[in-house]
Amino acid sequence: MAEVTSVAETRPSSHRFRRARNRVPVWHLIWLVLAALVFIVPIYSVVQFSLTGVQAGQSPFHWYLTVFDDPMFRSSFWLSIQISLETVAVSLVLMVPTVFWVHLRLPGLRPVMDLISILPFVVPPIVLVVGLLPFLEKITWLFVRPEVLSLIYVIFALPFLYRALDAGLRAIDLRTLVEAAESLGAKMPRTLLRVILPNLRAAIIGGSLLTVAIAMGEYTVASLLEFSTFSVYTYTIGTSTAYEGVALSFISFIFVWGAMLSLYLLGRGGRNAAAVAITH
Amino acid sequence: MALAESGIQSAVLVGSAPRKRSRSRRWALLGVLPFFAYISIFLLIPTGELIVGAFRTANGAFTLSNLADIFHAPYPQAFEFSLELSALSAVMGGVLGFLVANAVLHHGVPRFIRPAFVSFSGMAANFAGVPLGFAYIATLGTLGVVTTFLQHLGLNIYPSFSLQGLFGCALVYMYFQLPLMILLMIPVIEGLRTEWRESASNLGASSFAFWRYVGLPVVTPSLLGLMVLLFGNAFSAYATAETLGVSNLVTIDIANLINGDIAVNPQDAYALALAMIVIIVITIIVYALLQRRASRWLR
Repeated sequence: MAEVTSVAETRPSSHRFRRARNRVPVWHLIWLVLAALVFIVPIYSVVQFSLTGVQAGQSPFHWYLTVFDDPMFRSSFWLSIQISLETVAVSLVLMVPTVFWVHLRLPGLRPVMDLISILPFVVPPIVLVVGLLPFLEKITWLFVRPEVLSLIYVIFALPFLYRALDAGLRAIDLRTLVEAAESLGAKMPRTLLRVILPNLRAAIIGGSLLTVAIAMGEYTVASLLEFSTFSVYTYTIGTSTAYEGVALSFISFIFVWGAMLSLYLLGRGGRNAAAVAITH
Repeated sequence: MALAESGIQSAVLVGSAPRKRSRSRRWALLGVLPFFAYISIFLLIPTGELIVGAFRTANGAFTLSNLADIFHAPYPQAFEFSLELSALSAVMGGVLGFLVANAVLHHGVPRFIRPAFVSFSGMAANFAGVPLGFAYIATLGTLGVVTTFLQHLGLNIYPSFSLQGLFGCALVYMYFQLPLMILLMIPVIEGLRTEWRESASNLGASSFAFWRYVGLPVVTPSLLGLMVLLFGNAFSAYATAETLGVSNLVTIDIANLINGDIAVNPQDAYALALAMIVIIVITIIVYALLQRRASRWLR
Protein backbone atom coordinates (compact mmCIF):
# COMPACT_ATOMS: atom_id res chain seq x y z
CA MET A 1 0.00 0.00 0.00
CA ALA A 2 2.81 2.38 0.94
CA GLU A 3 4.46 1.62 -2.35
CA VAL A 4 1.32 2.37 -4.29
CA THR A 5 0.88 5.78 -2.66
CA SER A 6 4.52 6.73 -3.14
CA VAL A 7 4.27 5.86 -6.83
CA ALA A 8 1.14 7.96 -7.09
CA GLU A 9 2.79 10.88 -5.34
CA THR A 10 5.72 11.00 -7.70
CA ARG A 11 3.25 12.01 -10.39
CA PRO A 12 3.09 15.77 -10.60
CA SER A 13 -0.63 16.22 -11.28
CA SER A 14 -3.20 16.33 -8.47
CA HIS A 15 -1.82 13.58 -6.32
CA ARG A 16 -4.41 14.13 -3.62
CA PHE A 17 -7.10 13.30 -6.14
CA ARG A 18 -5.27 10.16 -7.24
CA ARG A 19 -4.72 8.91 -3.74
CA ALA A 20 -8.39 9.31 -2.98
CA ARG A 21 -9.23 7.20 -6.00
CA ASN A 22 -6.67 4.56 -5.16
CA ARG A 23 -8.69 3.43 -2.19
CA VAL A 24 -10.84 0.62 -3.55
CA PRO A 25 -14.42 0.76 -2.24
CA VAL A 26 -15.28 -2.40 -0.38
CA TRP A 27 -18.22 -3.31 -2.65
CA HIS A 28 -15.84 -3.47 -5.62
CA LEU A 29 -13.92 -6.13 -3.76
CA ILE A 30 -17.15 -7.96 -2.97
CA TRP A 31 -18.10 -8.14 -6.66
CA LEU A 32 -14.62 -9.28 -7.64
CA VAL A 33 -14.62 -12.01 -5.01
CA LEU A 34 -18.14 -13.08 -5.97
CA ALA A 35 -17.20 -13.36 -9.64
CA ALA A 36 -14.03 -15.23 -8.74
CA LEU A 37 -16.14 -17.67 -6.73
CA VAL A 38 -18.58 -18.15 -9.60
CA PHE A 39 -15.60 -19.00 -11.82
CA ILE A 40 -13.56 -21.12 -9.46
CA VAL A 41 -16.02 -23.07 -7.28
CA PRO A 42 -17.33 -25.26 -10.15
CA ILE A 43 -13.78 -26.06 -11.25
CA TYR A 44 -12.74 -26.93 -7.73
CA SER A 45 -15.87 -29.06 -7.39
CA VAL A 46 -15.12 -30.89 -10.63
CA VAL A 47 -11.64 -31.82 -9.42
CA GLN A 48 -12.93 -32.78 -5.99
CA PHE A 49 -15.90 -34.77 -7.30
CA SER A 50 -13.86 -36.67 -9.89
CA LEU A 51 -11.53 -37.90 -7.12
CA THR A 52 -14.33 -39.19 -4.86
CA GLY A 53 -16.60 -42.22 -5.04
CA VAL A 54 -13.51 -44.42 -5.33
CA GLN A 55 -13.46 -47.71 -3.41
CA ALA A 56 -10.71 -48.48 -0.90
CA GLY A 57 -7.51 -49.75 -2.48
CA GLN A 58 -8.23 -48.09 -5.79
CA SER A 59 -6.18 -45.26 -7.21
CA PRO A 60 -7.59 -41.78 -6.41
CA PHE A 61 -7.52 -41.23 -10.18
CA HIS A 62 -9.70 -44.28 -10.67
CA TRP A 63 -12.31 -42.51 -12.79
CA TYR A 64 -9.69 -40.97 -15.05
CA LEU A 65 -7.98 -44.34 -15.47
CA THR A 66 -11.30 -46.01 -16.23
CA VAL A 67 -12.05 -43.44 -18.88
CA PHE A 68 -8.58 -43.63 -20.42
CA ASP A 69 -8.92 -47.41 -20.66
CA ASP A 70 -12.16 -47.16 -22.58
CA PRO A 71 -11.45 -47.59 -26.30
CA MET A 72 -14.47 -45.37 -26.96
CA PHE A 73 -12.68 -42.53 -25.18
CA ARG A 74 -9.77 -42.67 -27.58
CA SER A 75 -11.88 -43.14 -30.68
CA SER A 76 -14.29 -40.30 -29.79
CA PHE A 77 -11.43 -37.99 -28.85
CA TRP A 78 -9.62 -38.63 -32.12
CA LEU A 79 -12.83 -38.26 -34.06
CA SER A 80 -13.34 -34.83 -32.51
CA ILE A 81 -9.72 -33.82 -33.17
CA GLN A 82 -10.07 -34.98 -36.76
CA ILE A 83 -13.35 -33.09 -37.23
CA SER A 84 -11.82 -29.97 -35.66
CA LEU A 85 -8.84 -30.00 -37.98
CA GLU A 86 -11.07 -30.57 -41.01
CA THR A 87 -13.29 -27.70 -39.91
CA VAL A 88 -10.25 -25.42 -39.60
CA ALA A 89 -8.94 -26.49 -43.00
CA VAL A 90 -12.25 -26.01 -44.82
CA SER A 91 -12.93 -22.72 -43.01
CA LEU A 92 -9.55 -21.26 -43.88
CA VAL A 93 -9.63 -22.35 -47.53
CA LEU A 94 -13.11 -20.90 -47.87
CA MET A 95 -12.75 -17.74 -45.81
CA VAL A 96 -9.22 -16.40 -46.25
CA PRO A 97 -9.35 -15.89 -50.03
CA THR A 98 -12.93 -14.63 -49.84
CA VAL A 99 -12.35 -12.02 -47.14
CA PHE A 100 -9.09 -10.99 -48.82
CA TRP A 101 -10.85 -10.61 -52.17
CA VAL A 102 -13.73 -8.64 -50.69
CA HIS A 103 -11.32 -6.24 -48.99
CA LEU A 104 -9.25 -5.80 -52.13
CA ARG A 105 -11.75 -5.75 -54.96
CA LEU A 106 -15.29 -5.71 -53.64
CA PRO A 107 -15.39 -3.39 -50.63
CA GLY A 108 -19.04 -2.77 -51.49
CA LEU A 109 -19.79 -6.33 -50.40
CA ARG A 110 -18.52 -5.78 -46.89
CA PRO A 111 -21.91 -4.91 -45.37
CA VAL A 112 -23.27 -8.11 -46.95
CA MET A 113 -20.42 -10.09 -45.40
CA ASP A 114 -21.06 -8.44 -42.02
CA LEU A 115 -24.70 -9.43 -42.26
CA ILE A 116 -23.88 -13.02 -43.21
CA SER A 117 -21.45 -13.24 -40.33
CA ILE A 118 -24.22 -12.63 -37.80
CA LEU A 119 -26.63 -15.09 -39.44
CA PRO A 120 -25.24 -18.09 -37.52
CA PHE A 121 -26.43 -16.36 -34.34
CA VAL A 122 -29.90 -15.88 -35.80
CA VAL A 123 -30.01 -19.54 -36.78
CA PRO A 124 -28.60 -21.41 -33.77
CA PRO A 125 -27.35 -25.00 -34.21
CA ILE A 126 -30.60 -26.66 -33.15
CA VAL A 127 -32.57 -24.60 -35.67
CA LEU A 128 -30.06 -25.14 -38.46
CA VAL A 129 -30.26 -28.90 -37.97
CA VAL A 130 -34.02 -28.77 -38.43
CA GLY A 131 -33.53 -27.10 -41.80
CA LEU A 132 -30.58 -29.26 -42.85
CA LEU A 133 -31.99 -32.70 -42.01
CA PRO A 134 -34.34 -33.16 -44.99
CA PHE A 135 -31.55 -32.06 -47.33
CA LEU A 136 -28.92 -34.31 -45.72
CA GLU A 137 -31.21 -37.31 -45.66
CA LYS A 138 -31.31 -37.11 -49.44
CA ILE A 139 -27.49 -37.26 -49.81
CA THR A 140 -26.90 -40.51 -47.95
CA TRP A 141 -23.21 -40.90 -48.79
CA LEU A 142 -22.43 -37.62 -47.04
CA PHE A 143 -24.94 -38.07 -44.25
CA VAL A 144 -23.23 -41.20 -42.88
CA ARG A 145 -19.73 -39.71 -42.90
CA PRO A 146 -18.48 -37.69 -39.89
CA GLU A 147 -17.01 -35.15 -42.34
CA VAL A 148 -20.54 -33.77 -42.65
CA LEU A 149 -20.08 -32.34 -39.14
CA SER A 150 -17.00 -30.40 -40.27
CA LEU A 151 -18.95 -28.94 -43.16
CA ILE A 152 -21.67 -27.74 -40.76
CA TYR A 153 -19.22 -26.50 -38.12
CA VAL A 154 -17.70 -24.22 -40.75
CA ILE A 155 -20.94 -22.25 -40.49
CA PHE A 156 -20.69 -22.01 -36.68
CA ALA A 157 -17.07 -20.88 -36.89
CA LEU A 158 -17.83 -18.32 -39.60
CA PRO A 159 -18.65 -15.31 -37.37
CA PHE A 160 -15.50 -15.71 -35.30
CA LEU A 161 -13.16 -16.44 -38.18
CA TYR A 162 -14.68 -13.66 -40.28
CA ARG A 163 -14.27 -11.12 -37.52
CA ALA A 164 -10.66 -12.16 -36.88
CA LEU A 165 -9.77 -12.00 -40.59
CA ASP A 166 -11.68 -8.76 -41.12
CA ALA A 167 -9.83 -7.09 -38.25
CA GLY A 168 -6.53 -8.52 -39.45
CA LEU A 169 -7.01 -7.24 -42.99
CA ARG A 170 -8.15 -3.86 -41.79
CA ALA A 171 -4.94 -3.51 -39.79
CA ILE A 172 -2.65 -3.85 -42.82
CA ASP A 173 -2.26 -1.65 -45.88
CA LEU A 174 -3.63 -4.28 -48.22
CA ARG A 175 -3.65 -2.27 -51.45
CA THR A 176 -0.05 -1.15 -51.10
CA LEU A 177 1.12 -4.67 -50.30
CA VAL A 178 -0.70 -6.12 -53.30
CA GLU A 179 0.54 -3.41 -55.65
CA ALA A 180 4.09 -3.87 -54.43
CA ALA A 181 3.86 -7.61 -54.99
CA GLU A 182 2.31 -7.08 -58.43
CA SER A 183 4.98 -4.61 -59.50
CA LEU A 184 7.56 -7.20 -58.52
CA GLY A 185 5.81 -9.60 -60.85
CA ALA A 186 3.92 -11.82 -58.42
CA LYS A 187 0.63 -13.32 -59.54
CA MET A 188 -2.40 -13.12 -57.26
CA PRO A 189 -2.20 -16.62 -55.69
CA ARG A 190 1.48 -16.07 -54.92
CA THR A 191 0.74 -12.66 -53.43
CA LEU A 192 -1.92 -14.16 -51.21
CA LEU A 193 0.33 -17.01 -50.10
CA ARG A 194 3.64 -15.20 -49.64
CA VAL A 195 2.63 -11.64 -48.75
CA ILE A 196 -0.85 -11.56 -47.26
CA LEU A 197 -0.87 -14.81 -45.27
CA PRO A 198 2.24 -13.99 -43.21
CA ASN A 199 0.68 -10.65 -42.34
CA LEU A 200 -2.51 -12.34 -41.20
CA ARG A 201 -0.76 -14.98 -39.14
CA ALA A 202 -2.12 -13.78 -35.78
CA ALA A 203 -5.67 -13.49 -37.10
CA ILE A 204 -5.50 -16.92 -38.72
CA ILE A 205 -4.07 -18.67 -35.66
CA GLY A 206 -6.56 -16.90 -33.37
CA GLY A 207 -9.53 -17.72 -35.59
CA SER A 208 -8.34 -21.32 -35.94
CA LEU A 209 -8.05 -21.82 -32.18
CA LEU A 210 -11.59 -20.56 -31.69
CA THR A 211 -12.74 -22.85 -34.48
CA VAL A 212 -11.09 -25.82 -32.74
CA ALA A 213 -12.80 -24.83 -29.48
CA ILE A 214 -16.18 -24.73 -31.24
CA ALA A 215 -15.72 -28.00 -33.10
CA MET A 216 -14.39 -29.85 -30.04
CA GLY A 217 -17.26 -28.77 -27.81
CA GLU A 218 -20.16 -28.99 -30.23
CA TYR A 219 -22.85 -31.34 -29.01
CA THR A 220 -26.19 -30.39 -30.59
CA VAL A 221 -25.56 -31.36 -34.21
CA ALA A 222 -23.26 -34.28 -33.41
CA SER A 223 -25.80 -35.90 -31.11
CA LEU A 224 -28.77 -35.35 -33.44
CA LEU A 225 -26.85 -36.79 -36.40
CA GLU A 226 -25.72 -39.62 -34.10
CA PHE A 227 -21.94 -39.34 -34.30
CA SER A 228 -19.86 -40.34 -31.27
CA THR A 229 -17.79 -37.20 -30.91
CA PHE A 230 -16.05 -36.38 -27.65
CA SER A 231 -18.92 -34.34 -26.24
CA VAL A 232 -21.51 -36.94 -27.24
CA TYR A 233 -19.35 -39.58 -25.57
CA THR A 234 -19.04 -37.40 -22.45
CA TYR A 235 -22.82 -37.05 -22.33
CA THR A 236 -23.46 -40.78 -22.78
CA ILE A 237 -20.88 -41.83 -20.18
CA GLY A 238 -21.86 -39.10 -17.73
CA THR A 239 -25.55 -39.93 -17.72
CA SER A 240 -24.72 -43.50 -16.67
CA THR A 241 -21.77 -42.81 -14.32
CA ALA A 242 -21.65 -39.19 -13.14
CA TYR A 243 -18.06 -39.55 -11.83
CA GLU A 244 -16.73 -40.50 -15.24
CA GLY A 245 -18.70 -37.73 -16.90
CA VAL A 246 -17.22 -35.22 -14.47
CA ALA A 247 -13.70 -36.57 -15.08
CA LEU A 248 -14.28 -36.12 -18.82
CA SER A 249 -15.55 -32.59 -18.15
CA PHE A 250 -12.28 -31.80 -16.46
CA ILE A 251 -10.36 -33.09 -19.46
CA SER A 252 -12.32 -30.87 -21.83
CA PHE A 253 -11.92 -27.99 -19.41
CA ILE A 254 -8.13 -28.42 -19.62
CA PHE A 255 -8.45 -28.53 -23.40
CA VAL A 256 -10.52 -25.34 -23.67
CA TRP A 257 -8.27 -23.67 -21.13
CA GLY A 258 -5.20 -24.55 -23.19
CA ALA A 259 -6.75 -23.24 -26.40
CA MET A 260 -7.88 -19.99 -24.76
CA LEU A 261 -4.58 -19.49 -22.97
CA SER A 262 -2.65 -19.75 -26.22
CA LEU A 263 -5.16 -17.38 -27.78
CA TYR A 264 -4.64 -14.96 -24.93
CA LEU A 265 -0.84 -15.18 -25.02
CA LEU A 266 -1.06 -14.68 -28.77
CA GLY A 267 -3.18 -11.56 -28.47
CA ARG A 268 -1.38 -10.40 -25.32
CA GLY A 269 -4.58 -9.23 -23.75
CA GLY A 270 -5.52 -7.14 -26.73
CA ARG A 271 -8.80 -7.27 -28.54
CA ASN A 272 -8.22 -10.90 -29.49
CA ALA A 273 -8.85 -12.01 -25.93
CA ALA A 274 -12.41 -10.77 -26.16
CA ALA A 275 -13.09 -13.38 -28.80
CA VAL A 276 -15.67 -15.81 -27.55
CA ALA A 277 -16.93 -18.88 -29.26
CA ILE A 278 -20.28 -20.06 -28.09
CA THR A 279 -20.70 -23.80 -28.10
CA HIS A 280 -23.57 -24.56 -25.79
CA MET B 1 -9.40 13.79 -90.67
CA ALA B 2 -6.85 13.44 -87.95
CA LEU B 3 -9.10 15.38 -85.65
CA ALA B 4 -12.08 13.19 -86.43
CA GLU B 5 -10.05 10.09 -85.87
CA SER B 6 -8.78 11.25 -82.54
CA GLY B 7 -12.34 12.21 -81.70
CA ILE B 8 -13.54 8.73 -82.50
CA GLN B 9 -10.70 7.24 -80.58
CA SER B 10 -11.44 9.22 -77.50
CA ALA B 11 -15.12 8.31 -77.82
CA VAL B 12 -14.15 4.65 -77.97
CA LEU B 13 -11.91 5.11 -74.97
CA VAL B 14 -14.61 6.84 -72.98
CA GLY B 15 -17.10 4.17 -73.94
CA SER B 16 -14.86 1.25 -73.17
CA ALA B 17 -13.56 2.31 -69.78
CA PRO B 18 -16.71 1.72 -67.73
CA ARG B 19 -17.54 -1.41 -69.67
CA LYS B 20 -14.11 -2.77 -68.89
CA ARG B 21 -14.49 -1.90 -65.24
CA SER B 22 -17.88 -3.58 -64.99
CA ARG B 23 -16.51 -6.65 -66.73
CA SER B 24 -13.60 -6.84 -64.28
CA ARG B 25 -16.08 -6.37 -61.46
CA ARG B 26 -18.06 -9.28 -62.80
CA TRP B 27 -14.86 -11.33 -62.81
CA ALA B 28 -14.12 -10.11 -59.31
CA LEU B 29 -17.52 -11.36 -58.18
CA LEU B 30 -16.52 -14.82 -59.40
CA GLY B 31 -13.94 -14.82 -56.61
CA VAL B 32 -16.58 -14.83 -53.90
CA LEU B 33 -18.77 -17.37 -55.68
CA PRO B 34 -17.47 -20.43 -53.76
CA PHE B 35 -18.14 -18.72 -50.45
CA PHE B 36 -21.68 -17.72 -51.37
CA ALA B 37 -22.39 -21.17 -52.80
CA TYR B 38 -21.23 -22.75 -49.54
CA ILE B 39 -23.24 -20.35 -47.39
CA SER B 40 -26.30 -20.99 -49.55
CA ILE B 41 -26.07 -24.77 -49.26
CA PHE B 42 -25.35 -24.99 -45.56
CA LEU B 43 -27.08 -21.91 -44.18
CA LEU B 44 -29.42 -19.95 -46.45
CA ILE B 45 -31.29 -22.75 -48.21
CA PRO B 46 -31.82 -24.84 -45.03
CA THR B 47 -33.13 -21.73 -43.27
CA GLY B 48 -35.44 -21.01 -46.19
CA GLU B 49 -36.60 -24.62 -46.21
CA LEU B 50 -37.58 -24.55 -42.59
CA ILE B 51 -39.38 -21.22 -42.93
CA VAL B 52 -41.38 -22.61 -45.86
CA GLY B 53 -41.81 -25.93 -44.05
CA ALA B 54 -43.42 -24.17 -41.12
CA PHE B 55 -46.31 -23.25 -43.43
CA ARG B 56 -46.72 -26.67 -45.05
CA THR B 57 -48.45 -29.91 -44.20
CA ALA B 58 -46.61 -33.23 -44.55
CA ASN B 59 -48.05 -33.39 -48.10
CA GLY B 60 -46.75 -29.95 -49.00
CA ALA B 61 -50.05 -28.06 -48.94
CA PHE B 62 -50.22 -24.62 -47.37
CA THR B 63 -51.34 -24.56 -43.75
CA LEU B 64 -51.22 -22.43 -40.63
CA SER B 65 -51.92 -25.34 -38.31
CA ASN B 66 -48.20 -25.96 -37.58
CA LEU B 67 -47.91 -22.44 -36.26
CA ALA B 68 -51.17 -22.85 -34.37
CA ASP B 69 -49.65 -25.92 -32.67
CA ILE B 70 -47.14 -23.64 -30.94
CA PHE B 71 -50.01 -22.46 -28.78
CA HIS B 72 -50.97 -25.95 -27.68
CA ALA B 73 -49.45 -27.88 -24.79
CA PRO B 74 -46.63 -28.49 -24.09
CA TYR B 75 -45.11 -25.70 -26.19
CA PRO B 76 -46.44 -22.56 -24.43
CA GLN B 77 -44.93 -23.84 -21.15
CA ALA B 78 -41.64 -24.53 -22.93
CA PHE B 79 -41.58 -21.01 -24.38
CA GLU B 80 -42.43 -19.55 -21.02
CA PHE B 81 -39.59 -21.43 -19.32
CA SER B 82 -37.13 -20.60 -22.11
CA LEU B 83 -37.99 -16.90 -22.00
CA GLU B 84 -37.91 -16.73 -18.19
CA LEU B 85 -34.63 -18.61 -18.01
CA SER B 86 -33.04 -16.41 -20.68
CA ALA B 87 -34.27 -13.24 -19.00
CA LEU B 88 -33.20 -14.27 -15.51
CA SER B 89 -29.74 -15.43 -16.58
CA ALA B 90 -29.30 -12.29 -18.70
CA VAL B 91 -30.20 -10.00 -15.80
CA MET B 92 -28.07 -11.92 -13.30
CA GLY B 93 -25.08 -12.14 -15.62
CA GLY B 94 -25.61 -8.62 -16.90
CA VAL B 95 -25.83 -6.85 -13.55
CA LEU B 96 -22.97 -8.75 -11.93
CA GLY B 97 -20.89 -8.49 -15.11
CA PHE B 98 -21.36 -4.73 -15.13
CA LEU B 99 -20.35 -4.42 -11.47
CA VAL B 100 -17.32 -6.66 -11.98
CA ALA B 101 -16.19 -4.82 -15.12
CA ASN B 102 -16.44 -1.56 -13.22
CA ALA B 103 -14.50 -2.97 -10.26
CA VAL B 104 -11.78 -4.45 -12.49
CA LEU B 105 -11.17 -1.03 -14.01
CA HIS B 106 -10.88 0.77 -10.68
CA HIS B 107 -7.51 2.48 -10.36
CA GLY B 108 -6.78 1.08 -6.94
CA VAL B 109 -7.23 -2.55 -8.01
CA PRO B 110 -3.87 -4.31 -8.52
CA ARG B 111 -2.60 -4.43 -12.09
CA PHE B 112 -2.74 -8.20 -12.52
CA ILE B 113 -6.49 -8.36 -11.79
CA ARG B 114 -7.54 -7.11 -15.18
CA PRO B 115 -5.61 -9.56 -17.40
CA ALA B 116 -6.51 -12.32 -14.95
CA PHE B 117 -10.23 -11.59 -15.26
CA VAL B 118 -10.12 -11.01 -19.00
CA SER B 119 -8.25 -14.21 -19.79
CA PHE B 120 -10.32 -16.24 -17.37
CA SER B 121 -13.51 -14.79 -18.82
CA GLY B 122 -12.41 -15.76 -22.31
CA MET B 123 -11.92 -19.29 -21.07
CA ALA B 124 -15.14 -19.50 -19.05
CA ALA B 125 -17.30 -18.07 -21.81
CA ASN B 126 -16.13 -20.96 -23.96
CA PHE B 127 -16.61 -23.58 -21.29
CA ALA B 128 -20.21 -24.41 -22.01
CA GLY B 129 -22.35 -27.27 -23.14
CA VAL B 130 -22.02 -30.84 -21.88
CA PRO B 131 -18.89 -30.32 -19.71
CA LEU B 132 -20.50 -27.32 -18.02
CA GLY B 133 -23.61 -29.35 -17.24
CA PHE B 134 -21.56 -32.06 -15.54
CA ALA B 135 -19.43 -29.47 -13.75
CA TYR B 136 -22.56 -28.14 -12.05
CA ILE B 137 -23.84 -31.63 -11.30
CA ALA B 138 -20.52 -32.04 -9.45
CA THR B 139 -21.03 -28.68 -7.75
CA LEU B 140 -24.72 -28.33 -6.91
CA GLY B 141 -26.21 -31.70 -7.85
CA THR B 142 -27.73 -33.83 -5.08
CA LEU B 143 -24.26 -35.26 -4.34
CA GLY B 144 -22.39 -32.11 -5.39
CA VAL B 145 -19.39 -30.78 -3.51
CA VAL B 146 -21.07 -27.51 -2.52
CA THR B 147 -24.34 -29.29 -1.68
CA THR B 148 -22.59 -31.66 0.75
CA PHE B 149 -20.49 -28.82 2.14
CA LEU B 150 -23.66 -26.85 2.92
CA GLN B 151 -25.19 -29.99 4.44
CA HIS B 152 -22.28 -30.15 6.88
CA LEU B 153 -23.14 -26.60 7.85
CA GLY B 154 -26.69 -27.77 8.48
CA LEU B 155 -28.11 -26.17 5.33
CA ASN B 156 -30.13 -28.45 3.08
CA ILE B 157 -30.65 -26.76 -0.26
CA TYR B 158 -32.62 -29.76 -1.58
CA PRO B 159 -35.45 -30.25 -2.34
CA SER B 160 -36.29 -26.53 -2.67
CA PHE B 161 -33.35 -26.03 -5.04
CA SER B 162 -32.89 -27.99 -8.26
CA LEU B 163 -30.53 -27.70 -11.20
CA GLN B 164 -33.51 -28.29 -13.51
CA GLY B 165 -35.44 -25.41 -11.94
CA LEU B 166 -35.47 -21.84 -13.15
CA PHE B 167 -32.99 -20.48 -10.62
CA GLY B 168 -30.69 -23.49 -10.69
CA CYS B 169 -30.50 -23.49 -14.45
CA ALA B 170 -29.94 -19.71 -14.55
CA LEU B 171 -27.10 -20.16 -12.07
CA VAL B 172 -25.46 -22.66 -14.41
CA TYR B 173 -25.93 -20.30 -17.38
CA MET B 174 -24.15 -17.63 -15.34
CA TYR B 175 -20.93 -19.49 -16.06
CA PHE B 176 -20.99 -18.34 -19.67
CA GLN B 177 -23.18 -15.24 -19.31
CA LEU B 178 -21.09 -13.49 -16.65
CA PRO B 179 -17.72 -13.74 -18.45
CA LEU B 180 -19.31 -12.69 -21.74
CA MET B 181 -20.75 -9.62 -20.03
CA ILE B 182 -17.41 -8.78 -18.38
CA LEU B 183 -15.58 -9.01 -21.71
CA LEU B 184 -18.12 -6.86 -23.53
CA MET B 185 -18.66 -4.37 -20.72
CA ILE B 186 -14.99 -3.49 -20.03
CA PRO B 187 -14.60 -1.51 -23.26
CA VAL B 188 -17.91 0.27 -22.60
CA ILE B 189 -16.83 1.48 -19.16
CA GLU B 190 -13.44 2.41 -20.54
CA GLY B 191 -15.34 4.64 -22.95
CA LEU B 192 -16.53 6.77 -20.05
CA ARG B 193 -14.07 9.58 -20.41
CA THR B 194 -11.69 10.32 -17.58
CA GLU B 195 -12.45 14.02 -18.03
CA TRP B 196 -16.08 13.39 -17.07
CA ARG B 197 -15.05 11.69 -13.87
CA GLU B 198 -12.54 14.39 -13.08
CA SER B 199 -14.98 17.22 -13.82
CA ALA B 200 -17.61 15.56 -11.65
CA SER B 201 -15.06 15.06 -8.91
CA ASN B 202 -13.84 18.66 -9.18
CA LEU B 203 -17.41 19.86 -8.84
CA GLY B 204 -17.65 17.90 -5.63
CA ALA B 205 -19.63 14.93 -6.88
CA SER B 206 -19.29 11.71 -4.92
CA SER B 207 -18.75 8.46 -6.76
CA PHE B 208 -22.46 7.75 -6.28
CA ALA B 209 -23.47 11.11 -7.72
CA PHE B 210 -21.19 10.57 -10.70
CA TRP B 211 -22.86 7.27 -11.51
CA ARG B 212 -26.35 8.60 -10.82
CA TYR B 213 -26.08 11.66 -13.08
CA VAL B 214 -23.34 10.86 -15.61
CA GLY B 215 -22.17 7.27 -15.64
CA LEU B 216 -25.44 5.35 -15.68
CA PRO B 217 -27.31 7.58 -18.15
CA VAL B 218 -24.41 7.18 -20.59
CA VAL B 219 -23.89 3.48 -20.00
CA THR B 220 -27.54 2.36 -19.76
CA PRO B 221 -28.16 1.79 -23.49
CA SER B 222 -25.04 -0.40 -23.74
CA LEU B 223 -25.92 -2.17 -20.52
CA LEU B 224 -29.42 -2.98 -21.76
CA GLY B 225 -28.12 -3.85 -25.22
CA LEU B 226 -25.63 -6.34 -23.84
CA MET B 227 -28.27 -7.86 -21.59
CA VAL B 228 -30.45 -8.35 -24.67
CA LEU B 229 -27.47 -10.06 -26.30
CA LEU B 230 -27.11 -12.34 -23.27
CA PHE B 231 -30.82 -13.06 -23.50
CA GLY B 232 -30.45 -14.29 -27.08
CA ASN B 233 -27.35 -16.22 -26.08
CA ALA B 234 -29.23 -18.12 -23.38
CA PHE B 235 -32.32 -18.55 -25.52
CA SER B 236 -30.50 -20.59 -28.17
CA ALA B 237 -28.59 -22.74 -25.66
CA TYR B 238 -29.34 -26.45 -25.79
CA ALA B 239 -26.50 -28.76 -24.72
CA THR B 240 -26.09 -27.35 -21.21
CA ALA B 241 -29.78 -27.68 -20.38
CA GLU B 242 -29.99 -31.13 -21.96
CA THR B 243 -27.09 -32.32 -19.77
CA LEU B 244 -28.75 -30.91 -16.66
CA GLY B 245 -31.91 -32.82 -17.52
CA VAL B 246 -34.18 -29.82 -18.07
CA SER B 247 -37.37 -31.05 -19.69
CA ASN B 248 -39.46 -28.10 -20.83
CA LEU B 249 -37.26 -25.91 -22.98
CA VAL B 250 -37.98 -24.89 -26.59
CA THR B 251 -34.61 -26.12 -27.86
CA ILE B 252 -35.11 -29.47 -26.11
CA ASP B 253 -38.62 -29.83 -27.54
CA ILE B 254 -37.23 -29.23 -31.02
CA ALA B 255 -34.50 -31.81 -30.46
CA ASN B 256 -37.07 -34.36 -29.30
CA LEU B 257 -39.22 -33.70 -32.35
CA ILE B 258 -36.44 -34.34 -34.85
CA ASN B 259 -34.84 -37.15 -32.89
CA GLY B 260 -37.64 -39.34 -34.14
CA ASP B 261 -38.20 -40.93 -30.73
CA ILE B 262 -41.73 -39.70 -30.72
CA ALA B 263 -42.70 -38.89 -34.28
CA VAL B 264 -45.66 -36.76 -33.33
CA ASN B 265 -45.49 -34.21 -36.06
CA PRO B 266 -42.13 -33.25 -37.61
CA GLN B 267 -43.81 -30.14 -39.03
CA ASP B 268 -44.02 -28.82 -35.49
CA ALA B 269 -40.20 -28.71 -35.38
CA TYR B 270 -40.29 -26.27 -38.30
CA ALA B 271 -42.85 -24.09 -36.58
CA LEU B 272 -40.93 -24.03 -33.30
CA ALA B 273 -37.66 -23.32 -35.13
CA LEU B 274 -39.32 -20.45 -36.99
CA ALA B 275 -40.64 -19.05 -33.72
CA MET B 276 -37.11 -19.18 -32.32
CA ILE B 277 -35.73 -17.33 -35.34
CA VAL B 278 -38.40 -14.65 -34.96
CA ILE B 279 -37.56 -14.15 -31.28
CA ILE B 280 -33.82 -14.00 -31.95
CA VAL B 281 -34.30 -11.54 -34.82
CA ILE B 282 -36.30 -9.32 -32.48
CA THR B 283 -33.53 -9.44 -29.86
CA ILE B 284 -30.91 -8.56 -32.48
CA ILE B 285 -32.97 -5.60 -33.72
CA VAL B 286 -33.44 -4.34 -30.16
CA TYR B 287 -29.71 -4.83 -29.56
CA ALA B 288 -28.81 -2.89 -32.71
CA LEU B 289 -31.16 -0.02 -31.77
CA LEU B 290 -29.70 0.19 -28.28
CA GLN B 291 -26.16 0.05 -29.67
CA ARG B 292 -26.91 2.96 -31.98
CA ARG B 293 -28.26 4.91 -29.04
CA ALA B 294 -25.17 3.97 -27.00
CA SER B 295 -22.75 5.19 -29.65
CA ARG B 296 -24.04 8.73 -29.17
CA TRP B 297 -21.87 9.25 -26.11
CA LEU B 298 -19.37 6.46 -26.07
CA ARG B 299 -16.38 6.33 -28.35
